[in-house]
Amino acid sequence: MIKEVEEKQEVTIVFAGDSGDGIQLTGTQFTNTNALYGNDISTFPNYPAEIRAPQGTLAGVSGFQLKFGSIEVATPGDDCDVLVAMNAAAFKVNIARLKKHGTIIINSDGFNARDLKLAGYQHSPLEDKSLNDFRTIQIDVTKMTRTALVDSGLGKKEMDRSRNMFVLGFLYYMYNRKLEGTIEFLKQKFAKKPALIEANVGVLKAGYHFGDTSEVFTSRYNVKAASLPAGSYRNIMGNQATALGLIAASQKSGLDLFYGSYPITPASDILHELAKHKNFGVRSFQAEDEIAAMCSVIGASFGGKLGITASSGPGIALKAEAIGLGIMLELPMVIVNVQRGGPSTGLPTKTEQADLLQAYYGRNGEAPMPIVSASTPSDCFNAAFEACRIALEHMTPVFLLSDGYIANGSEPWKFPTSADLPNITPKFVPEKKDDETYLPYKRDKNLVRDWALPGMKGYEHRVGGLEKEVDTGNVSYDPDNHEQMVKIRAEKIAKIADSIPLQIVNNGAEKGDVLLLSWGSTYGVVKTAVKECNLRGMTVGHIHLTYISPFPKNLGDLLKNYTHIIVPEINNGQLIKIIRDQFLVDAKGLNKIKGIPFSTKEIIEVIEQKFEVA
Amino acid sequence: MSETLTKPLTAKDFTTDQDIRWCPGCGDYSVLKQVQSIMPELGREKEDIVFISGIGCSSRFPYYMNTYGMHSIHGRATAVASGLKISRPELSVWIITGDGDALSIGGNHLIHMIRRNFDVNVLLFNNEIYGLTKGQYSPTSPEGKVTKSTPIGSLDHPFNPLKLCLGADSTFIARTMDRDPKHQREVLLKGSQHVGTSMIEIYQNCNVFNDGAFEVYTDKGSKLQETLFLESGKPLIFGADREKAIALDGTIPRVVNLAEANEADLMIHDERNRFQAQLLVSFFDDPKTEGHLPRPFGVFYAEDRYRYEEAMEEQIAGATERMGKGNLDLLLSGSNVWTAE
Ligand SMILES: Cc1ncc(C[n+]2csc(CCOP(=O)(O)OP(=O)(O)O)c2C)c(N)n1
Ligand code: SF4
Ligand SMILES: [Mg+2]
Repeated sequence: MIKEVEEKQEVTIVFAGDSGDGIQLTGTQFTNTNALYGNDISTFPNYPAEIRAPQGTLAGVSGFQLKFGSIEVATPGDDCDVLVAMNAAAFKVNIARLKKHGTIIINSDGFNARDLKLAGYQHSPLEDKSLNDFRTIQIDVTKMTRTALVDSGLGKKEMDRSRNMFVLGFLYYMYNRKLEGTIEFLKQKFAKKPALIEANVGVLKAGYHFGDTSEVFTSRYNVKAASLPAGSYRNIMGNQATALGLIAASQKSGLDLFYGSYPITPASDILHELAKHKNFGVRSFQAEDEIAAMCSVIGASFGGKLGITASSGPGIALKAEAIGLGIMLELPMVIVNVQRGGPSTGLPTKTEQADLLQAYYGRNGEAPMPIVSASTPSDCFNAAFEACRIALEHMTPVFLLSDGYIANGSEPWKFPTSADLPNITPKFVPEKKDDETYLPYKRDKNLVRDWALPGMKGYEHRVGGLEKEVDTGNVSYDPDNHEQMVKIRAEKIAKIADSIPLQIVNNGAEKGDVLLLSWGSTYGVVKTAVKECNLRGMTVGHIHLTYISPFPKNLGDLLKNYTHIIVPEINNGQLIKIIRDQFLVDAKGLNKIKGIPFSTKEIIEVIEQKFEVA
Repeated sequence: MSETLTKPLTAKDFTTDQDIRWCPGCGDYSVLKQVQSIMPELGREKEDIVFISGIGCSSRFPYYMNTYGMHSIHGRATAVASGLKISRPELSVWIITGDGDALSIGGNHLIHMIRRNFDVNVLLFNNEIYGLTKGQYSPTSPEGKVTKSTPIGSLDHPFNPLKLCLGADSTFIARTMDRDPKHQREVLLKGSQHVGTSMIEIYQNCNVFNDGAFEVYTDKGSKLQETLFLESGKPLIFGADREKAIALDGTIPRVVNLAEANEADLMIHDERNRFQAQLLVSFFDDPKTEGHLPRPFGVFYAEDRYRYEEAMEEQIAGATERMGKGNLDLLLSGSNVWTAE
């Protein structure tokens, strides 16, 4: 049957099911395929902390939200147009996010008596009148899948594992997409198990054909390519972009990468990615704990490598003492914190921005260090590269802050070529003249010391955590020397402001009533909200910080251009403390501490209030 | 390098201009002297040698060695050295650590470094006390030890450090003492020649907070009775007149009179025998107990096993051969590219 094709500018879909249902894989495949069609995309995977949470329960629901469009897409969307619910629990957790007149695709087999009970329903919600507001498509996905695989020789359990492919095929039909990308993916994934390639591809096609032959749709949808700036694109996840940024910095500085790390959600994927690239000279080391990871990085940096570690809050806490040593040694290294909900073990799979003060202050003694933060999945690349540049050119440990939301989220990335990237120049000691004595803590105009590596003749020297004498680096307990060294170390970090770009007003009005001052993963949602408010006639500006320590030199002046300053953060107010402290401005916080990102609506509401009051 | 005529290095070349801050009479001096004296025999240039320490009295050591060095943080020298060794496998790396540093706060890193078998030399200065913090008991202090933090006696059962190392599959374990410079020198040299992690425990007297902890092994009057110097291929003989030996009674080692012993029962030291090494590390009796075994010194065990850093280099070389040298542009583009016009 020939169906009409209806154009859509943007669509938000939530895939939801049990954590064993392959939801993340389905979402990722749908994302990658749309990316190849040139859509702008933003994704938000949201899954439970348990690998196999009790089946069918609310706690076990895994979700993958994505928005794709032919116009700019900066967030994964507030509410969704389409909800795919593989069982009753997934339905219950997500139904509130479905827009009026939205579409629900239901796996009816996931709504039997047991599923309903586990989800806490007395009666099936599918019989509820409230569903009349939506368009409901019920499919017995289990049955369809088993039918498609009747001749496959697979057992029922194995067959059921392909159910997600049925749904994916169905959606590919609905959005007018070809299956090739996913088929290619399945061939690689199951290269060693041809029977599974056949099964999954078969079910994928069955889903697609079901869309075609059944009468459920009167029309299909099409989302055209977005008019992104000209260039070559790929889809990328945040952690992957971080790993690539680190490798790029290694290549552009001519230093091999040493990566010492201990697994922790949501940072482990950086380790997984880097471990694949040994042919770039990457030495990835899974240490026995985070303390060892950090210390191994110090050893590697002492040896002249680009030393990197990554963790999340609990692991960063363990690294703190050794980071302090890195600061005393004035050696280059980067510490990545992919933040998650805290304190303690907190919400391991949920996002939060609550480790900013930990990065800023979380060491004993006067121990300032630069902090760079990433704004979007693809921006993790830039931020990682920049963190390495600062570390190597200014001889200091640097914090790079990312978080679970952008680490696991993905978006199209206009990737650079290697030639587009600047070279990084490590601060090695100059060629030795015979009569000179080497002073390890002698500094240049930026207060940066020279880096002498074991193996360099005539530069033998000792470093350590005890206070150093100015210039010589010898141990010194002299009171005046200590005060001087504390100030030198602080000024050295402050001077980094000379080598970073001036802050721009990222979006909206250059001057006006309200400024939204944000950092990290709130970029997309704040940008979307600010745009919307300006369209509605409010004058709102948006400044988004990449550099949090030190701040760009002109930030204080920019802040003066607005009457009200709002600081939105996924925490209980952290950047705001630093801003008030440094600039003595009456900034107001907008805080959400639920382990999930802001919705655009939440931000617009607060901006509107400012205008109502004003 | 080969063109220039360099004078052979001497111990003096390894001294620094820093004032040595150990208490007068501390056992650490003797170790420093022996280490400086064997340095020229490594056949390495000064710039290729790195000393890394943790925190403790003994950990001041790197400041006194004219090589590259790092005085790191408490317990972590092993972890720092691991990262350095992976990064720069060609360097000669020496770790200086105390009984508290290596076995208490740094116990975890120690065992993991040992199982990975990095090619490093570890000098474990065991004085059975926390020196730097002024005299608390340590993980090697004997049960009941009265110290500042245990005024009515320690409740901790101590570690047997070499047994712990063997348990972590150490490829080289040895013991020596500050008061026997000649033996120290021999053991240090053997350790430096071993390729892999060389664990050298050094009984070191802290004359301020734990004076005489090892006196029975170092004092002329008791040394020959209480110590057993290991020599590979030779029977385990000791005693003032070398009149005693160790014989195996089934699987149990016992002290026997050499003259009366059945030669076939005598234990012959074999550095390469890991089962015998298990027995030898268990020679850890309190010398005050009746019928105790003597305390062994020397090389207990040596084995060849692959080094982590070397295997890492092989992986890198192998990956580079398989996939070609990393191409940044291909990495950045990935395999699913589309173009916007
Ligand atoms: C994180 C940390 N905790 C505690 C200390 C205090 N501290 C310094 S050295 C030491 C123990 C030293 O004992 P040992 O390692 O046996 O060395 P020794 O001084 O006996 O040579 C302690 C507890 C410290 N420096 N750092
Ligand atoms: S306190 Fe003990 S170990 Fe420390 S320097 Fe003095 S004698 Fe040596
Ligand atoms: Mg000690």
